[in-house]
Amino acid sequence: MNFTNDQLARYSRHIILTEIGVKGQARINEGRVLIIGAGGLGAPVALYLAAAGVGTIGMADADEVDLSNLQRQVIHTTADLGKAKVESAAETMKAINPDVTVKTYRSFIYSGNILDIIKDYDFIIDGTDNFPAKFLINDACVIARKPFSHAGILRFNGQLMTYVPGAGPCYRCVFREPPPKDAVPTCRQAGVIGAVAGVIGSLQAMEAVKFLTGAGDLLTGSLLTYDALKNDWHKVRLPPRRADCAVCGAKPTILEPVDYEQAVCDLKH
Amino acid sequence: MHITIADRKSEIADGTTVAQLLEIEKVEMPLYVTVSVNDEFIATDARETTVLKDGDHVEFLYFMGGGCR
Ligand SMILES: [Zn+2]
Repeated sequence: MNFTNDQLARYSRHIILTEIGVKGQARINEGRVLIIGAGGLGAPVALYLAAAGVGTIGMADADEVDLSNLQRQVIHTTADLGKAKVESAAETMKAINPDVTVKTYRSFIYSGNILDIIKDYDFIIDGTDNFPAKFLINDACVIARKPFSHAGILRFNGQLMTYVPGAGPCYRCVFREPPPKDAVPTCRQAGVIGAVAGVIGSLQAMEAVKFLTGAGDLLTGSLLTYDALKNDWHKVRLPPRRADCAVCGAKPTILEPVDYEQAVCDLKH
Repeated sequence: MHITIADRKSEIADGTTVAQLLEIEKVEMPLYVTVSVNDEFIATDARETTVLKDGDHVEFLYFMGGGCR
C-alpha cells in the first residue's frame, strides 16, 4: 500500500522500528482484528489497535455503558452513559484514527453466530468476562482455525495466552471445562483494579500487532501471569497440546461451537 | 528434596504426591486448578498417585475469568 504524508507522520514511530518498518505498518493497516467484549480488556485493546492503524476492527458487545464500568473501561466517558458500548467504543476509535474501519456487533456472542462473525477476521481478542464465553471463543477459533488471545483479570491479577492453530495448546487443553457457576469469583463479585485491565489489555493488543507484523514471539505455548501487588511476572511454559483435548485433540468430540448454560444469563448483566 | 513451584524453590518431604503438595501450598479450590509437572498436565484423578521427584518443576494454573463488565 502507498502511505500518504499524513500516514507516514502518524505511523512514523512504528515505521522507524526495524521489526515493523513500512512493510509491517502496511500489514497492520491491512489487518482485521475482532474484539469480543468492549469492557475492561477490550477498551485498551481497541484504543491501541485503533491508534496503531489496524485496518478493520470489529467490536462485539450487547451491553450499554454503566457508571460502574468507567473505573476501568477507558474507551467510554461519562457522557457515554447509557449508550451502546460498541457505539461508544466505535466513536472513540474513529476519533483517534479515521483510517480505521470499525464494524460493530451489538449482540451476544453465542454458538449460533460466532463462526459467522469471526470468519472475516485475522486475529480475535477474548475480552469477555465469563467462562462459558471464553470456552465458546476458544472452541470456535480452534474449529475455524483462527488465532486468538485469551486473557482474564481479577482483583490485582491478570493472565493471558495466545492460541495459534498448530502451535501449542488451546485454552481447553489447559482448563478442560468451565467451572460450575459461582465456583470461581468474577470481577463483579471480587473486584478488579482498573490499571490491571490496562496492563493485560495492552498485552493483548501487543499480541495482535506481533501476529499481524510477524515481529517477535507470540505467547503460544505459554501463559503469562501478573500479580500487581507483588510486582510479580511469571511466564508458565505450558505442556504441549493434549492429545485427548475435546476440541483440538486427535479425536475431537466438539465439532461445532457449544453454549454452556451460564453464558446467556451472565451476558445479560 | 527440592522442587520448583512456578519460579520458587521449595523443600518437600520424599514421597510427597501432587495431591499433598496442593494441601501444603494451601491452593484454594484445588479442583479448579490445573497442575503441570515438568511440562505435562496431571489429570485430577492422578494427583493422589503422582509422586514428586527431586528437581521437579510444578506449575499451578488458575481460572481467571474477568474481562470485565
Ligand atoms: Zn486443546
